[in-house]
Amino acid sequence: MTGLIETEHLTRTLPSVVPVTLVRDVTLRVAPGEFVALTGPSGSGKSSLLYLLGLLDQPTSGTVRIDGRDTRHMSEAERSGFRLQGIGFVFQFHFLLPEFTIRENVEIPMLRLGRLPPSAIRRRAEDLLAQLGLAGHLAKRPDQISGGQRQRVAVARALANDPPLILADEPTGSLDRKSSGQVFTILQSLSRAEGKTVIAVTHDLSLAALTDRQLELVDGALTTPG
Amino acid sequence: MKLLLMLAFAHIRGRLRQMTVAGLGVALGVGFSIAMAALMQGSQQDFVRQLVDAMPHVEVLDELRRPAPQPAEQVFAAAEFFGLRPVDDQRGIRNPAAVEAALRTWVPGQIAPALRIQAVARFSGREAGVVLYGVLPRQEAQVSSIARDFVVGSFSELAAGGNNVIMGRALADKLGAALGSSVSLVTGSGQARDFRIVGLFHTGARSRDEGEVYVALKGAQTLSGRPNAINTIRIRLDDPARSQEVAARAEIQIGQKAVSWEEANQAVLEALTIRNVIMYTVVAAIMLVAGFGIFNIVSTITHEKARDIAILKSLGFPEADMRRLFLLEGLVIGAVGSLLGWITGYGLCLVLVSIPIKLEELGGATRLPLAWSLLHYVLATGFALMAAGIAGYLPARRAARLNPVDIIRGAT
Repeated sequence: MTGLIETEHLTRTLPSVVPVTLVRDVTLRVAPGEFVALTGPSGSGKSSLLYLLGLLDQPTSGTVRIDGRDTRHMSEAERSGFRLQGIGFVFQFHFLLPEFTIRENVEIPMLRLGRLPPSAIRRRAEDLLAQLGLAGHLAKRPDQISGGQRQRVAVARALANDPPLILADEPTGSLDRKSSGQVFTILQSLSRAEGKTVIAVTHDLSLAALTDRQLELVDGALTTPG
Repeated sequence: MKLLLMLAFAHIRGRLRQMTVAGLGVALGVGFSIAMAALMQGSQQDFVRQLVDAMPHVEVLDELRRPAPQPAEQVFAAAEFFGLRPVDDQRGIRNPAAVEAALRTWVPGQIAPALRIQAVARFSGREAGVVLYGVLPRQEAQVSSIARDFVVGSFSELAAGGNNVIMGRALADKLGAALGSSVSLVTGSGQARDFRIVGLFHTGARSRDEGEVYVALKGAQTLSGRPNAINTIRIRLDDPARSQEVAARAEIQIGQKAVSWEEANQAVLEALTIRNVIMYTVVAAIMLVAGFGIFNIVSTITHEKARDIAILKSLGFPEADMRRLFLLEGLVIGAVGSLLGWITGYGLCLVLVSIPIKLEELGGATRLPLAWSLLHYVLATGFALMAAGIAGYLPARRAARLNPVDIIRGAT
């Protein structure tokens, strides 16, 4: 996988008495290695679009193509497999599993993929955490480290299976200014140094300025061509 | 699977107290099921053992399984006969010596011929209806359990000659007779003869103790006016389990009805089967109740761990993994509960078997009859794991279907 992601007339409508359209006719293309910010006011559909791109949600109409592969007719198991190998998620809330150490949290996606032997999985988790400045916290549980550190663990977990595509949903939303800058710098380096495609939702324009391109959504639709 | 087990144990550790309660529910269910099964099977085995012990394993009778066709039926192809006078059937086993000799060549056990007739025992103005057995004492001692139940005397007393009779102590008491008393036995045809009581037995079965008397075969034949006749051949097998096979073969060979102890007690055995069905229904009900405990705790965990489910799904865990994870948690509770249940069940069995029970008929203290069988443990565990599996699967299926987007939106 290269991380090329394309959508065509992507629409997501929640069925209800009065249907709510979250994402409206979005057509975009994000090239491999590109760092893109999705901006827009609250409720504009940024996160909804990200979930569609990450195959966590399914569109009402339109298509999502990853590396040219149409994902419309994928089964739930295929979409899960795609996420496991090719997509790393970082959410606003870290969502680390509280019963496990931070090293174990990073190991879990690799253990599920089962591509590496246990010793290599352990080494890679330690390397990733060390790269993110968490070498001294390997045996700690999520509640024993700071919010910024937890979010960096979440980034390490997203990178565990070395996916070409990173999707970040307001990853700095619950962090202070300093930690926010650190996390965004990490995402930037993933794109620039490692060639990963990164799409990050943010409404912090100063952070969005660090990306290659900004796409703004208003009422679920892109204000400029994607 | 190792990863799912790791996740399952993490969830279990987080809810250890509730898990322990659910596991104890299973343990008690399994434990009581094992104890109940041991008690039920033990009492059944004891009952059947007494049943088998008290009667011949196979009895050849002077009857046909289907009435013999009348000569007219063999000659004329009539649709129906009216006013046909049937040929009198000669009662008794034909050619008894030849039949007995033929059976002895292959029957794996002991054989004793007898003449059984209905009679009335009279003594000092009192009388009682009895089944009178004319027996060969030495052979009878080999097939009858009464040989072990003599209070006074033995079958050999009948071999001493003279008109001697052996009867149940209860019958003697009922008639007011005692050892040495002369009792009058009257057959249905009105023939009577006095017999001296030379032995008393006490089996504990009232129908036998008050209703059976034994005299020498010759004496019975004379009393009934049927010299050399026998109407039953009683067989005690080395292996009672072969009774149906032996009865079937004997019936084919002799041409007269041969009844196994299973056939003679079919209704009782069917009642025991129904009792077993009831027992296993109760076991299933106990496990169902234990299953509710597991359902409750696994449901709580899936509710509490909704975020974990969402994040695991976002990481690429498919729905099937989520189902397996929570199913595994249910099964782990079921398995741990079953192991504790084994200990509980074994302990309960030890307690039950140690309780002395005083039974007058058996003349002293006895113990509850328990059957020790690994099958009870395996069955109870099977029921428990099935209940745990179902109880875990239902919330697991619901958890697997959770939409991660809904949970992530709700959490952020």
